[in-house]
Amino acid sequence: MTTRRLFLKSSGFAMFGIGAAPMWLARAADASSPRKKVLVAVFQRGAVDGLNVVVPFGEKNYYALRPTIAIPAPKAGTESAIDLDGFFGLHPALAPLKSIYDAHKLAIVHAVGSPDPTRSHFDAQDYMESGTPGRKATTDGWLNRALPPSADARKSPIRAVSLGPSLSRALRGHNEAVAINNLNEFKVSDAGGSATFESMYASTLDTMLSGTGRETFDAVKLMRSIQAQPYTPANGAKYPGGRLGQSLMQIARLIKADVGMEVAFTDVGGWDTHVNEVGQTSGTGQLANLLGNFAQALAAFYQDLGDRMEDVAVVTMSEFGRTAKENGNRGTDHGHANVMFAFGGAIRGGKVYGDWPGLAPEQLHDSRDLALTTDFRDVLGELVAKHLGNGQLPGVFPEYTQLKFRGLTG
Amino acid sequence: MLHALNRLTFGPRPGDIEAVRKIGVKKWIDLQLHPERIAENPELAQKLAPLESLRLSQADTERNYPNPQMIRAIAAGRQSMPADPVTRAAVERVVQRFKVKNDAADNAPLEPAIPLDQLLTREQIRTLRTGTVEQKRAVVAAIPDGQIDDVAIALPPGLRLQLLPAVEPALRRKLMLLTAPQQLVAFDLSEGKLYRAIFSNRQLEEQMVDFWYNHFNVFLDKGADRYLVPTYEREAIRPHVLGKFRDLLEATATSPAMLFFLDNWESVGPGTTQRRANAKRPARGLNENYARELMELHTLGVDGGYTQKDVTEVARCFTGWTIRLPRQGGDFFYNDRVHDKGEKIVLGVMIPAGGGRDDAEKVLDILARHPATARFISKKLAQRFVTDDPPKKLIDKMAKTFRDKNGDIREVMKTMTSDEFFSQAAYRAKVKTPFEMIVSAVRATGTQVDFAFPLARQIADLGEPLYRKLEPTGYSDANSEWVNTAALLARMNFALSLAQNKVPGSKLDASLFSGSADEVARQVLFTDARPETLAAIEKQAQGAKVPLVGLLLGSPDFQRR
Repeated sequence: MTTRRLFLKSSGFAMFGIGAAPMWLARAADASSPRKKVLVAVFQRGAVDGLNVVVPFGEKNYYALRPTIAIPAPKAGTESAIDLDGFFGLHPALAPLKSIYDAHKLAIVHAVGSPDPTRSHFDAQDYMESGTPGRKATTDGWLNRALPPSADARKSPIRAVSLGPSLSRALRGHNEAVAINNLNEFKVSDAGGSATFESMYASTLDTMLSGTGRETFDAVKLMRSIQAQPYTPANGAKYPGGRLGQSLMQIARLIKADVGMEVAFTDVGGWDTHVNEVGQTSGTGQLANLLGNFAQALAAFYQDLGDRMEDVAVVTMSEFGRTAKENGNRGTDHGHANVMFAFGGAIRGGKVYGDWPGLAPEQLHDSRDLALTTDFRDVLGELVAKHLGNGQLPGVFPEYTQLKFRGLTG
Repeated sequence: MLHALNRLTFGPRPGDIEAVRKIGVKKWIDLQLHPERIAENPELAQKLAPLESLRLSQADTERNYPNPQMIRAIAAGRQSMPADPVTRAAVERVVQRFKVKNDAADNAPLEPAIPLDQLLTREQIRTLRTGTVEQKRAVVAAIPDGQIDDVAIALPPGLRLQLLPAVEPALRRKLMLLTAPQQLVAFDLSEGKLYRAIFSNRQLEEQMVDFWYNHFNVFLDKGADRYLVPTYEREAIRPHVLGKFRDLLEATATSPAMLFFLDNWESVGPGTTQRRANAKRPARGLNENYARELMELHTLGVDGGYTQKDVTEVARCFTGWTIRLPRQGGDFFYNDRVHDKGEKIVLGVMIPAGGGRDDAEKVLDILARHPATARFISKKLAQRFVTDDPPKKLIDKMAKTFRDKNGDIREVMKTMTSDEFFSQAAYRAKVKTPFEMIVSAVRATGTQVDFAFPLARQIADLGEPLYRKLEPTGYSDANSEWVNTAALLARMNFALSLAQNKVPGSKLDASLFSGSADEVARQVLFTDARPETLAAIEKQAQGAKVPLVGLLLGSPDFQRR
């Protein structure tokens, strides 16, 4: 890392001239400042079918409820679940994640989610991103509140980064947060125009635009130093095409540049599998395609970061699960509890966490969905407190007094 | 006056303020509420003329613009030519210019029959890659008539895309038809939407089409919707945007695009179909997707007081509302065989057994008349046209009109454009959506647009890909949806590109904006720029070459309406 810091230092100073380097850049390049812990949140929009992602093959009701779209129990060949612990198995398209699980760096939580009963994508995503299920008036997001309080005036302008064309709900709030669609294009095309726009937005009395304007130009300056270095993923990591892979690659790039990023958010859509969720075999169809890309992207990120993964935790979530019973179109409808993944250096992995509620008719939520036994805030809260080091959980998840660590970290 | 123009149109053009002043704001609004009384701009008809797919029926669109899977399968020898003569001609046009391979893998790229270097000189290829628009045009003009089709096929996709803005619309279509016919349907849609927003004199009508399409959002790239959306917007949305809400609801509920998007076409009553022996597909069943979004997003709103039980009951009422196969026209039809014939209770109202198709009509009646719908729609309109957080008094008034006038949208809009609409709290309270920002920049500067698709790509960069909002919610109208670092940068970059004539297909006459900063500001903002904005421009380094009009289009002032 020393060499990278030196490079950043020299390129930063070359860019601005000695003495003109902004304070935060000097700080970001300061070799004595400890490496930041980073929390990366991945949102699977559309409600992924957790029961076909981490398959309870030891549960016979699962096969009764899903006569045509169940993933077969582990057996020789590729078109069946990959055994994890004799009861749960990974969807075959998730094979790239198995070695991370085996290395005890990937933890799975099942029957987890939001306690709010809504089956509206919009509301459920909103609740999960605000971190306040059932409360619509919340204006900020949990990941913004999760940033450890910092009295340092020289905070990095990109402590919080949202990958994509808009700032995600989870990252809105009083801490500065930037949306980055493409790292290399994060600049004003004309240097002269850049300076004038910066001064316009800095001085405008339009408070909404001046706030975002300042964040924009602080980040633009920082990005200049990163853009100067071409990026090749390390350790032979190959990110797949598509939005998630590209987003994770850019997050990896920002982590390795040591520019003070602490939380990042990205999302990937398409999981609303009402129809043809599973093809003629379990390794084909909509869900298999989506999961294949998902697993390759996460595995590439893990590989790319290598030892640096020690400082990083990645957590995945989706707004709710899907009906335990398949519908009439080889798909599933909106349900309740779901599955989450967490991986990284701090994660105590190689285990499926959470109490399994069972899939017998009387065990189902509303007689139709997987019941919930773990609140998603327990998982996120533990990562925020133990990994990011922000112990002020009542500020992150207000009104949630029963928050309980599940032992995912340590 | 400026406020009314900013809110009810896609931004003023030069001369608009004077025109409104002449007839008076009230009368102008009334006229905009009756678009049929406004003479249309002849330039619009001219721009729309080449966009053939916007006028075709669903079936003809599919016949004329075949999809890439079919073309690839036929070119690779895995599928035979379609029987339909129109489709056959469309496919043949493309297929015969590829090398036919019988043993290629499913996804292997097709090779053109004649490679590019046998058709053009090295010099010509280099010009197509790096030349100016005029130079590219000259290269194309020099290609013999009989060879242009082969060149089109042999061009790498990147080069082809660059060439599109440089050539005449007819040749542009040909280039697309020969290589990606299906994509042309999406091009036509985006271009049509932009041309109407830029050139139409019936501005409020276009604003309303944008509003209602977004309210009843359908995602273009979901399978068959690639062919269904043009008809959807033309026949289900557009005719009713200022009409009766119940008619709009009926039109969307029976539209193939919506039936397909929210899966209702596959929803059947439990036990109404028998599983055939050895059938690959299992017996189909109830699908709740449309029923839920109908209540949550289209009518009552999420707090409108319905339950999961209501969702299931509404879904039962809608069983049998489906679509014919695309080859049979792809139209709506009611299939009584798969309808759930039992009794249902929706929001406390009993719908007796045996109602058939009318069950769903009754649901639409209940929903359209429900007070929660009147409030939900009124609030959403006010959020779009007045402020993010409209005063309760205004919503109450609008909702009352909605109920009293039986869901007459024109009347609701008339109520909306009263006192609160012109209040200080509403003035410049809305941030332009990306679509509004880009269209208003083109309109304010009188930019000439010969190929609108590159503008659509810019709008996507600003965060609002047209017809491509995947979630049935549509885009949010809240300011916070559009104000973030990446989007703000994209706005500034678009402003500079437009001013420097770097947006292909659009031409801004820079000589019109040669005055001082405050003069140019009045030209594009139609009012004075804020002093801070002008001060920032004054501070600009001596000799800076950035055009003033670009700085002003990218200024904070221009982002509000």
